[in-house]
Amino acid sequence: MSHFPKPAEGSWTAHFPHLGTAPVSYADSISPEHYELERTAIFGRTWLNVGRTEQLPRTGSYFTKQLDAARTSVIVVRGSDGQVQAFHNICRHRGNKLVWQDFPGEETSGTCRQFTCKYHGWRYALDGSLTFVQQEDEFFDLEREDFGLVPVQTDVWEGFVFVNLDPSNETSLADYLGRFAKELSGYPFGAMTQVYKYRSEVGSNWKLFIDAFAEFYHAPILHAKQSVSEESRKLAGVGFEALAYDIDGLHGMVSSWGGMSPPKDLNMVKPIERVLRSGLFGPWDRPDIGELPPAVNPARHAAWGVDSFVFFPNFMLLVWAPNWYLTYHYWPTSYRSHVFEGTLYFVPPKNGLERLQQELAAVTFKEYALQDGNTLEATQTMLESRAVDRFPLNDQEILLRHLHVTAGQMVADEQRRRGARDSDVREGVSASDVPA
Amino acid sequence: MSLPDGFADLEPFAEWSLPTERERYAKRLASSMDELQAFYDAAFPRLPDAVAYLEQSRPEDLPEDGKRLLWLCCSLVNVSFPVEVWRQARVPDSGAASLDMVIEPVI
Repeated sequence: MSHFPKPAEGSWTAHFPHLGTAPVSYADSISPEHYELERTAIFGRTWLNVGRTEQLPRTGSYFTKQLDAARTSVIVVRGSDGQVQAFHNICRHRGNKLVWQDFPGEETSGTCRQFTCKYHGWRYALDGSLTFVQQEDEFFDLEREDFGLVPVQTDVWEGFVFVNLDPSNETSLADYLGRFAKELSGYPFGAMTQVYKYRSEVGSNWKLFIDAFAEFYHAPILHAKQSVSEESRKLAGVGFEALAYDIDGLHGMVSSWGGMSPPKDLNMVKPIERVLRSGLFGPWDRPDIGELPPAVNPARHAAWGVDSFVFFPNFMLLVWAPNWYLTYHYWPTSYRSHVFEGTLYFVPPKNGLERLQQELAAVTFKEYALQDGNTLEATQTMLESRAVDRFPLNDQEILLRHLHVTAGQMVADEQRRRGARDSDVREGVSASDVPA
Repeated sequence: MSLPDGFADLEPFAEWSLPTERERYAKRLASSMDELQAFYDAAFPRLPDAVAYLEQSRPEDLPEDGKRLLWLCCSLVNVSFPVEVWRQARVPDSGAASLDMVIEPVI
């Protein structure tokens, strides 16, 4: 029996009929060939969130972002005009990576007046223009204006910096992010500057970790040992039902209850949580951030705890009832590995107690994420056995179904485009083969 | 004294005053359950007093000994799950998984 109302169709999944209800195969998560298609079809064509504007506080502030899936690295910099712009991180002379520290594959950040290549000293202004060429006289007809850094489409939504690596992209960031972003606008992301960021190299396909965080069906079971035992049995008995799900084009969201901040019964939580008044859901005494935007708590439920927005392809944004937010990013490095980033953002603590309350939330998050991450490798290896290729997904797993359907459609579109191109080429060849 | 007045009884555990999560977590994993329990048993009863002290200042305005008390309390937070729930230093069912904190508050 449902504790929370479902749509008139009887289920969330039936409310979005294009998703179907059949078992899924997960063939999209275990094949190097499929991943190669995803790199172009998805990571080469969509808007990707690479950071926040607080990372670029002044003119000349920059950071680099490794985008293995899209086969590049970008430099994101705040220019003299105050605007944020990204460039491919490649020197125009002979292709050296322009900005890096000791290890070319590692990301870096800092502040500079210009970018200087380590190799032959070519220099670029913050707007990407080539300003200095070592021994310029030795070159042949070199026009500096032809050799500036290659810009990447860049835009900012509510302080989140996005890039799109497709030069022919014509979809604005606002149109791409759609209704959820529009209705989240105004949330004070920029006021939450106390940051805890985690990073992990995970041995699974990138979509499997999104799956893990896009459903809470697992929570009462996988995380059972995190609770005092009586509470744990209760949670498993009740199971999980979301307050609401929604889908808007490529993106999805789940709205969940969360009675732990503060809990109804103090015996539900650990002793240190009772003393510090904080835990997994965040500090119990919420900072005043004013009215919440309409996208948040769409069911307008009193027991609301957290909303998870899944912005395709690899950016999740979690808005918590105790007024803090969390982001997840999943950066593929192969069909069976990715870099996971989880970043917690709080209103800066007014005193040492608030600092400790946030610390408790941040380290509690880690204990849960370690369990989630460890499960993924177990899933990846067994999916690769191909012993089973039909996996039933339930109604609380609707966002997983949506993710795999969406990613699959983009790959299919890419294959169609390639097919069309290949047949163009074949026709071209046969025409020229005709003897004159 | 490395800790503020009134916290002399925690001096034997001053080695837990570590400024980063990475150091605190590493020390937790390198400690036996008996060592974690001993630290917890000494520090947890003093947490309300520590809170009363820490509540008086913004983190960045804490004196040096106050910062060390804050970091010691952060270690207490870090060892709370092993002592209060799991009876082991590492979260159950986490195998070889790792999750490194790469950005955290300076104080």
